[in-house]
Amino acid sequence: MKTILSRPVYGTLSPQAGKSHLLIADAEGASAILDLAKQAPADFFASAHIMFIPGRTGDSFQASLKALKPAQYYEGPSIAAALPRLTWTLANAHMGLRVYLAGTEGLIGQMMQAAIEAGIDPASIQTEHRGSWARRVQCVHCKGITENVTTQPATCSHCGLLLLVRDHYSKRHAAFQGVCINAEDPTEIPQTEEIFR
Amino acid sequence: MSAGTNKINVTVTEVVAVNELVKRFHFERTDGGNLPTFSGGAHVVIEMRDNGTTRLNPYSLMSSPLNTRDYTISVRRDDVGRGGSLFMHNRVKRGMEMVISYPVNLFSLDLRAKKHLMIAGGIGITPFLAQTAQLASTGGNFELHYTCRSEALGSYSEVLRERYGNRVSLYLDERNERIPLERLLATQPLGTHIYVCGPAGMIKWVRDTAATHGWPDDSVHYEHFAAPQPGTPFDVKLAVSGLEIRVGEQQSLLEAIEAAGVDPPYLCRGGVCGQCETNVISYDGTFKHNDHWLSDEEHCSGKKIMPCVSRFEGRSLVLER
Repeated sequence: MKTILSRPVYGTLSPQAGKSHLLIADAEGASAILDLAKQAPADFFASAHIMFIPGRTGDSFQASLKALKPAQYYEGPSIAAALPRLTWTLANAHMGLRVYLAGTEGLIGQMMQAAIEAGIDPASIQTEHRGSWARRVQCVHCKGITENVTTQPATCSHCGLLLLVRDHYSKRHAAFQGVCINAEDPTEIPQTEEIFR
Repeated sequence: MSAGTNKINVTVTEVVAVNELVKRFHFERTDGGNLPTFSGGAHVVIEMRDNGTTRLNPYSLMSSPLNTRDYTISVRRDDVGRGGSLFMHNRVKRGMEMVISYPVNLFSLDLRAKKHLMIAGGIGITPFLAQTAQLASTGGNFELHYTCRSEALGSYSEVLRERYGNRVSLYLDERNERIPLERLLATQPLGTHIYVCGPAGMIKWVRDTAATHGWPDDSVHYEHFAAPQPGTPFDVKLAVSGLEIRVGEQQSLLEAIEAAGVDPPYLCRGGVCGQCETNVISYDGTFKHNDHWLSDEEHCSGKKIMPCVSRFEGRSLVLER
């Protein structure tokens, strides 16, 4: 998937040396935490906090995540709902906390942004992509963010322009850039294809 | 020649004995005017003309980066070293003209940090004098933990206490005090960066402990100028310039290459910056690596050497120089 330099590169979660661990996942990202658990030291989850947003996976991962016996377990309906909890958690955290992000690019990007804001070095954050490749897109014209974009082109949910979803990724916005695809002639409507699945 | 650095002609304006081991030197531009700006943690290389031997030793700037009228360094006398500190202590007097390099910073503050935790051992305090002055000027959040042998040898501990109050903690060997490193590392807010300057053993202690406490590498900064160690003389072939040279007991390989008229790049002369990295073409013997630049694999590979601090023992060594 590596196309241009701004495009994030994701790895594979692995347990890091640390005093405490914050693991955040959405949907299929939970399976990355379960895979990490297979190689984690015995006392790893005793100092771990798991935040999980099940999304389209419903209740298929909760039981296995809870079975890891993390010190804290949180489940929320959306990334937006989880962000205030993350911000609060980070504001009270100390050096020695390690952060692991797994799931969609939207989750990884937005949680990464909050972590960087809290002073965590992005290179020290473990990331792993699992599940949907749906994109979070910022319209460069109205600046509105459209979540879960799966098509090319895509309609801006704010201003209604038809956008070409670029591979150009903004870390600051945790979003891909969407640029009007038919600015010269708005009557020209290219065929829409579902490509970010 | 030093990569990208110009030379500055300076005059020694003041020499102050700080205690029985440390002297402070003040330099101003000989032609008047301001010196180049620098940031806390920067060093300059001082040229010493000592009876036909040219010594080039790096010293951290300790004056405030807000003041470019003069540069200040402190030198700890090392009676068994190669002579640079003795030259500074015994021969450098007020009014003397000297040549220094432009400042170079290999130990700069990471200004993205929410807090700066500084750990100094002995004369390793000097870069922190500049860094604390820089941070204090912008309301930066820092804490300095300074360990030294005795009250009398705790250079600048009083001035630091006066300036920054309880942001400075002093630990004295003579009172069996030790930096409570584990507790310090466990209680820092997220976004803290740690900086350590002092003896090699102390740097290793801080780096290892920080790593086991889960501090990311990029949040741990250290500076250790390894002064070139004396050793058995050895012969080297410089393949590019077609020269055969001998490295003397008290000479570094870099100094011997320079003495032969070859001008390799350098910056820190202390094994940390990487500028003088040199390819080995062939060798028969053992490398004595003393740098902090090459990786462990590179040290074992026999393909690279840092001539500023590392030596060689054996039958032959051919360098791409």
